[in-house]
Amino acid sequence: MAIIKVRNLVKNFGDLQVLRGINLDVEEGEKLVIIGPSGSGKSTLLRCLNILEEPTGGSIEFAGVNITDPQADLPKIREEIGMVFQSFNLFPHKNVTENIVLAPLIVKKSDRPAAQDIALSLLKKVGLSDKAENYPAELSGGQQQRVAIARALAMQPRVMLFDEPTSALDPEMVGEVLEVMGDLAREGMTMVVVTHEMKFAQEIGDRVIFMDEGLIIEEGTPQQLFTEPVNKRTRSFLTRVMQ
Amino acid sequence: MDLIIQSLPFLLDGVLQTLKVTLIAVALGCILGLCGGMGRLSKNRFAHALATCYVDFVRGTPLLVQLFIVYFGLPPLIQQFKVFLEASFALGPFSSTSHIPPFIAAVVACSINSGAYVSEIFRAGIQSIEKGQSEAALSLGMTQSQAMRHIILPQAFRRVVPPLGNEFIAMLKDTSLLSCIGYAELTRQGQLIIGSTFRSFEIWFSVALLYLIMTLGISRLVDFTERRLGINGHHQS
Ligand SMILES: Nc1ncnc2c1ncn2[C@@H]1O[C@H](COP(=O)(O)OP(=O)(O)O)[C@@H](O)[C@H]1O
Ligand SMILES: [Mg+2]
Repeated sequence: MAIIKVRNLVKNFGDLQVLRGINLDVEEGEKLVIIGPSGSGKSTLLRCLNILEEPTGGSIEFAGVNITDPQADLPKIREEIGMVFQSFNLFPHKNVTENIVLAPLIVKKSDRPAAQDIALSLLKKVGLSDKAENYPAELSGGQQQRVAIARALAMQPRVMLFDEPTSALDPEMVGEVLEVMGDLAREGMTMVVVTHEMKFAQEIGDRVIFMDEGLIIEEGTPQQLFTEPVNKRTRSFLTRVMQ
Repeated sequence: MDLIIQSLPFLLDGVLQTLKVTLIAVALGCILGLCGGMGRLSKNRFAHALATCYVDFVRGTPLLVQLFIVYFGLPPLIQQFKVFLEASFALGPFSSTSHIPPFIAAVVACSINSGAYVSEIFRAGIQSIEKGQSEAALSLGMTQSQAMRHIILPQAFRRVVPPLGNEFIAMLKDTSLLSCIGYAELTRQGQLIIGSTFRSFEIWFSVALLYLIMTLGISRLVDFTERRLGINGHHQS
């Protein structure tokens, strides 16, 4: 069953039409990869999925609940949708452990020992057990992004959204983050990933969609889309990024 | 030299009064300023308009005039209000004077004044926190107010320490205006001493020196706080 259902989603910023009618289903456990040129609306689409941007039109259903309804309990919904940002957005005034336990403590009202245990096991999972007491500014970009993933996972979300998680990283740090994401994918997490890492998309993606100018132009398995794209725009985009 | 030594107890008493009013005014100003700053950023049109009027009025008019409004302007108003209550509701009788003690007038006027400047400091501090911070907090399921309390404000507070220090120093110097309503702070004490000794230069120079010592002391305190909070250290990315 689809956990996310997007129907005719439209988003305008003033006069600028950024999303012009997106229809999309994400199945439970699916790994969906979104590619497309800069400015095509990929981030906006992702940010609409947890209503960080308020859609102008259309509807989004998450786990059977219409989240575009003005009455929707957004904090409750966002608990179940983890998000990882291009720029990490760790909380600089909190150390790594505090970054991870904060939301479970104040949102879920977990007790501290339990939250701390979860944090430690998540840090182990992302390979940063030795950084538990460090502050974000003391970590490399790759390490910060892995903490950000752990922070999102601490809420035990049903879906994880990734917005170009490796684009702000030095090339030598991209691998460590993709590795963590790969592990997560193999564990069965439902993932929506905006990325330009085509090899990664091919490895973990169940489905790839290509966006341009606020529309989904083409979609298919990684195999189909990368090796025999039908649309001219998809082809020209792929030749540009593949070289 | 004898003159200075004889005047010193009076001057030091003035220093104490100056510090007292300044501290209370800036402390109350911080509370008003937090409300004012949040009001300025509020999406609620009424709160926004109210905060904007307050900040604009206070920052656009002289402190001396604000002081006169509170000290000279309010008592007649209070008097009329009492008469009105007595006549209309048979309440009272109230004490006949509506005189406001200089200390109360000083604290009220200075707090309201400081609150407006602190509002702008807090507003700027909150706005200086990157949008990604509140987005990260919201994406984890926090409400707007949880994000404000746990993520935005703690970071904003660190950033406003230096401008708050400046406001403290500015307020401290501005309290010299309180001499105009006869409040016995440092400048007023200077005037009184000169009134009986006629030694203008020595006394005014001593008064200036005492202000300087206070403002330098505050600067050092602010620098120290800044370092303790790790503003230049690794807690800030
Ligand atoms: N908050 C905003 N206000 C105005 N325009 C925006 C805003 N966010 C994004 N845009 C515009 O929307 C378009 C799509 O942006 P985005 O979704 O970030 O694209 P992508 O992630 O595919 O690069 C761009 O033209 C961008 O300038
Ligand atoms: Mg983007």
